[in-house]
Amino acid sequence: MSEPQTGSTATFERVADIIAETADIPREKITPESHAIDDLGIDSLAFLDIAFAVDKAFGIKLPLERWTQEVNEGKVPAEEYFVLKNLCARIDALVAEKAAKA
Amino acid sequence: MRLEYFEMIDSVRHLDRAAGRIEALARVPQESPVFEGHFPGYPLVPGVLLTETMAQASGYLILAHLDFASMPFLMAVDKARFRNFVGPGAELNVEASLVHDGSGYAVTKAAIRVEGKALADAELRFRTMPFPNGLDAPMRARARSIGLLDGAAA
Repeated sequence: MSEPQTGSTATFERVADIIAETADIPREKITPESHAIDDLGIDSLAFLDIAFAVDKAFGIKLPLERWTQEVNEGKVPAEEYFVLKNLCARIDALVAEKAAKA
Repeated sequence: MRLEYFEMIDSVRHLDRAAGRIEALARVPQESPVFEGHFPGYPLVPGVLLTETMAQASGYLILAHLDFASMPFLMAVDKARFRNFVGPGAELNVEASLVHDGSGYAVTKAAIRVEGKALADAELRFRTMPFPNGLDAPMRARARSIGLLDGAAA
């Protein structure tokens, strides 16, 4: 079994590549601490492009509707989903959840 | 097709919910103000309307797939190709397949064929959202009128 941190780093590299390519953002600007909206300026349309690429790359379905609802209702701060290290941790969790069901 | 009203799909020929696939028919009218400008004396269906036709077939597929829980709105067109000319009176066979059912969005591939020959194709993405007030009923009525909700198309 790999340590969670290792998985997250690999996930971050993959997600950062996807964001760089999809949203045309220089790869070096993208760090684990980057906020997708506040720091990288990704708008909602571009974020859906990224979500599609992430869904395909990892074989998952990011629950964007639930996340959006939770943020809008003030239950979860947006940073929990839009700061990349947090987004990657959630991607890892979804991948693990899918593997457990398989 | 009622080009001026953006009613592109005349009827649904086949809907396979399990496979996420739809086949629909669109007949280009003999006359339309669209042809007066595009082009004078040489009427062609504009590529943008062929794109809209593929988007509407995809939209009905998504509506059926989501059982009218959300409304799809076109948000991206990728790899659109217009491979031939088409004019008044043509019968367009439109097909669309669901590529990905995301959370809050959906992705399709769509194509149009005329007499078996490829006319146009594209990859389309839609944002799926709760129906804006009052849009639910007319969309259901329109879907019913083209046979989307028929038992034969289940």
